[in-house]
Amino acid sequence: MEQMPIVVNALNVGFLQTLKLFFVTLLGAFPLGLIIAFGSMSKFKPLSCLVKIIVWIVRGTPLMIQLLIIYYFPGLVLHNPIWGGGEAGRFAAASVAFIFNYSCYFSEIYRGGIQGVPVGQQEAGLVLGMTKSQIFFKVTLLQMIKRIVPPMSNEIITLVKDTSLARIIALQEIIWAGQAFMKGSNGISGQIWPLFFTAVYYLVFNGLLTVLLGKLEDKLNYFR
Amino acid sequence: MPILEVQHICKTFGDTQVLKDISFTLEKGEALSMIGTSGSGKTTLLRCLNFLETPTSGKILVNDKPVFDSETAGRMSEAQIRENRLHFGMVFQNFNLFPQYTALENVTLAKKLIEQKKPEFKANKAKILADIRKQGEALLDSVGLSAKMGNYPHQLSGGQQQRVAIARALMMQPDILCFDEPTSALDPELTGEVLKVIRGLADQHATMVIVTHEMQFARDVSDKVLFMDDGVVAEYGTPQEVFEHPTQERTKQFLTRYFEG
Repeated sequence: MEQMPIVVNALNVGFLQTLKLFFVTLLGAFPLGLIIAFGSMSKFKPLSCLVKIIVWIVRGTPLMIQLLIIYYFPGLVLHNPIWGGGEAGRFAAASVAFIFNYSCYFSEIYRGGIQGVPVGQQEAGLVLGMTKSQIFFKVTLLQMIKRIVPPMSNEIITLVKDTSLARIIALQEIIWAGQAFMKGSNGISGQIWPLFFTAVYYLVFNGLLTVLLGKLEDKLNYFR
Repeated sequence: MPILEVQHICKTFGDTQVLKDISFTLEKGEALSMIGTSGSGKTTLLRCLNFLETPTSGKILVNDKPVFDSETAGRMSEAQIRENRLHFGMVFQNFNLFPQYTALENVTLAKKLIEQKKPEFKANKAKILADIRKQGEALLDSVGLSAKMGNYPHQLSGGQQQRVAIARALMMQPDILCFDEPTSALDPELTGEVLKVIRGLADQHATMVIVTHEMQFARDVSDKVLFMDDGVVAEYGTPQEVFEHPTQERTKQFLTRYFEG
């Protein structure tokens, strides 16, 4: 029992890194996903084709492989280690991989949201003399957000757990911190329970997110 | 001088020619009903007037001023199209109200956006917004919805939604108000309240173009009736002329089919 405070301290440090990766990914993938969504809907065929192929590759291969490629490829194959050493380099590489991967998933959700708004909404705006940007911001956007909140919630909760994949490039997130007590860390070794205990962190955080996202969904329920 | 002049409008979608050389004129204060079978091109014609479709060829004039000319259409700026479009108002079959706004906000939104862009808006903001609100309330009152101004579209019946849509179109003070089968999406018991509003507008001599399947209504309310068949104007005249003395065999057939069921 005297191990508990030591373990919790170490896990907290790891979880902070998990949270950092989580928020950085959201911050990057929300806007980039929208750009990719517009790209895939472009009337300019070469662009939309290219974007669709990229989305296919990113969604069609494991995020773990993408992490490995993004982290090791520049240094080991190109002999140009752009990520630098240490935790900062690993975090930068993991952020790029996660943002890119999640943007592609988000883009499909955005696309569904945009295309799900009836075309009549746009036409109603047009015949009232609105500009295209007025129609997007004043008419379509909120309807789109309402449509994407449920699928987005799903992805966001998956992202919380997916951050653990960054363990593969030794990012010191919570799984890494928990696992360290098996080999030995802070004077404790041969213990597997800290690794199991990390699940509580994910569970609590996801519970919190579920409540928040549910509140957002309720807030948008004032219209249909 | 006619308020609306449609000259030789053609519209093709891929290989299908939907409108084949449509020409007609409409005088200020007249209500025109467009009747005809589904697929005859009525709705496409209406959408051409509102620039929701671009005619393949032809001209549209409002008050003698060309608002569309297929020869120069490619050079029209978006701002110009927006301005020309405001000669026409449009009421859709499916209402197309904005679900996230109340009835009153639906009516006032577009007007607010236009006023906000004017340079004098900032100085008189409160007064301009209050005026817009008053206008919107008056319009909703005139379509019998003064008690529903704060309701969202999903809290309104189809008939009420369509009346909001009419108020919304009127707010922009169009020269010509277009209706695209305004009662076709309504339950039968709700068509009356919408037709009553349109009838009221006709009594006030609003210039209107109404695509409809309500023959009795077309006959009672309109000053002109246009029968479309297979992309051409088969018959055009007063309701008496078209309904009682049609000159074309296909008009007779259509009316017989309609009135004898």
